Amino acid sequence: MTETNGNSLLSIQNLQVHYKLGGGLFSSVKTVKAVDGVSLDIKKGETLGLVGESGCGKSTLGKAILRLTEPTGGKVLYGGRDLAHLPQSAMREQRKCLQMIFQDPYASLNPRMTVGNIIGEPIRTFKLAGDASVESRVQDLMETVGLSRRFIKRYPHEFSGGQRQRIGIARALAVNPDFIVADEPISALDVSIQAQIMNLMERLQAEKDLTYLFISHDLRAVRHLSDRVAVMYLGKIVELAESKDIYAGPLMPYTIALISAVPVPDPEIEARRERIILTGDVPSPINPPKGCHFHTRCQYAIPECKTIVPSLVEIKPRHKAACIRINSEHPHIEENAAAGLGAIGS
Amino acid sequence: MSDHNGIILSVNDLKTYFQTEDGVVKAVDGITFTLEKGETLGIVGESGSGKSVTNLSVMRLIPEPPGKIVNGDIIFNGIDVRALSIEEVRKIRGKRIAMIFQDPMTSLNPFLKISTQLMEVTRLHLGHSKQQARAHALKMLKMVGIPDAESRLNNYPHEFSGGMRQRVMIAMALSCDPELLIADEPTTALDVTIQAQILELIKDLKERMGTSVILITHDLGVVAGMTEKIIVMYAGKVFEQAPTKELFSTPANPYTKGLLKSVPDPAHEQGAELYQIPGLPPDVAHLPPGCPFAERCDRAQDICRVEYPPFVQINENHHSLCHFAREVYAESIREGGVK
Repeated sequence: MTETNGNSLLSIQNLQVHYKLGGGLFSSVKTVKAVDGVSLDIKKGETLGLVGESGCGKSTLGKAILRLTEPTGGKVLYGGRDLAHLPQSAMREQRKCLQMIFQDPYASLNPRMTVGNIIGEPIRTFKLAGDASVESRVQDLMETVGLSRRFIKRYPHEFSGGQRQRIGIARALAVNPDFIVADEPISALDVSIQAQIMNLMERLQAEKDLTYLFISHDLRAVRHLSDRVAVMYLGKIVELAESKDIYAGPLMPYTIALISAVPVPDPEIEARRERIILTGDVPSPINPPKGCHFHTRCQYAIPECKTIVPSLVEIKPRHKAACIRINSEHPHIEENAAAGLGAIGS
Repeated sequence: MSDHNGIILSVNDLKTYFQTEDGVVKAVDGITFTLEKGETLGIVGESGSGKSVTNLSVMRLIPEPPGKIVNGDIIFNGIDVRALSIEEVRKIRGKRIAMIFQDPMTSLNPFLKISTQLMEVTRLHLGHSKQQARAHALKMLKMVGIPDAESRLNNYPHEFSGGMRQRVMIAMALSCDPELLIADEPTTALDVTIQAQILELIKDLKERMGTSVILITHDLGVVAGMTEKIIVMYAGKVFEQAPTKELFSTPANPYTKGLLKSVPDPAHEQGAELYQIPGLPPDVAHLPPGCPFAERCDRAQDICRVEYPPFVQINENHHSLCHFAREVYAESIREGGVK
């Protein structure tokens, strides 16, 4: 899995974030494998959607790429350098190119700073503009994200959630990054405001040639914004494909269930469709199930699933999935199960 | 007392205002609806639209001051809820009307075992003995699908996951077999797969126990599959009220139409820019004289900015607060639905 193709901006190779827990006087050390061997290529100019339930490690993966959480293994190749192993000072310099937008626009802005200072801080830190021109640069940024320049002296509490998210976006854009990790940027916002922020992100991407890693549990939003989608479950990527393919024909049983769980705003469809209800919660990452992590909730699980760890392989062109009950000749689990095919994949 | 046939709750011209430094906030300003036995009503709106205050008013849970129910009737099973003393309300609350909230962590007491919390309800309302209450608590936990219920009874709230905590809340809410369940954003804090479980559970329990449900949410997808009729609220007002199917297929209000169009639809091709309602929800303390939505509405005329819109009756069950309700409705019919 070390393919680095010419057009990828960022290549994540076997990235791991393991936390040690316990180890006190009476407890043994346990390892939480929040991110457990993730390999992903992110192409220049694309939006890669990352979906999964809470606790699956999607936010940790996003932070580990930017070294806001230290990876414990693997590589993040960007511009010929391995970000995972850069010294802190060099990494700080790199953050000019790699930025993050956070979920909670209330918690991620300093309440004691004016909007002007919040957006201006990265410009000053990286000396991207002379002192005299910082303010006009900030005003331009505010205009870009749809905030009136008159608000420059105001404090975060004077803004609504949607406006605060715009401030967060302006701050991320201040250093002219080419890659942005957007971690649940719309989840805390009202429905009518979500559409505004999604449109803003799309417009900025086109104007500034940005590449996004869009992390969300909202599959409708991911479907709308992303070119490709990666599905994560307990620290591993279990399916990866182009957005339209993954929604039209998900292959891995977890993805099938995840997509079927999304309520559709159409009563006629809701009345007709059969929803797959997964039983149980996401198992604890402290002690994940052996074999395929999903086997405890999977309606298609066979005894082999408890022992074999499935690898992420190409099942259809540009469509990878991790499940031992499917392969490229027999990609559909439902049919395979009906035909009584056992462990046919890898 | 209950001479109403089939109607469990009727709310008539309810107004709940809050006194703030900024002036009077008309959080709920004239809402009227009826809920029949066994029916599910959805109340949809953005934050600050008044959807939660409506239901807190029904439960008489509005903190007074600063809040006050200034007008309207709330008739629950023939009982005038507004006329009851606090003591009398307490007897209804939790027993005949139960409520579940968005965040089960903040509505459960973190210091008490869930057995204690579950048993308290039935001991208080149904006069259960300790043994009876414990047996009942166990039965309820099993009913809402908590695995290994017997041993889980002795756990504290933090030992449960979010979805499981919400199940505990539902078990508690349904302990006394309430006639009305008010669910305020019950799945907003949960993952989609868990949301699907909880919604299925509410649906199933409703069918088995015949409970009437008011489901408050901002998610149009959730109400589509769960409700028989819907109220859309904006700035404390009812903007549209219709049977679920009709609301989705032929909305008669520009705000409802905008909301429906701004949800990305997974069944449709991506790429095109998403429809967006411009601007921000208004400051409810300083509403303009005309329609509160006029500033964000793509079909607003001069009249919308100066004159408060009428609540137009489209047909027997369908109402819309808009100067151009009939035109919008006709438009929706022509378009054959919004999508």
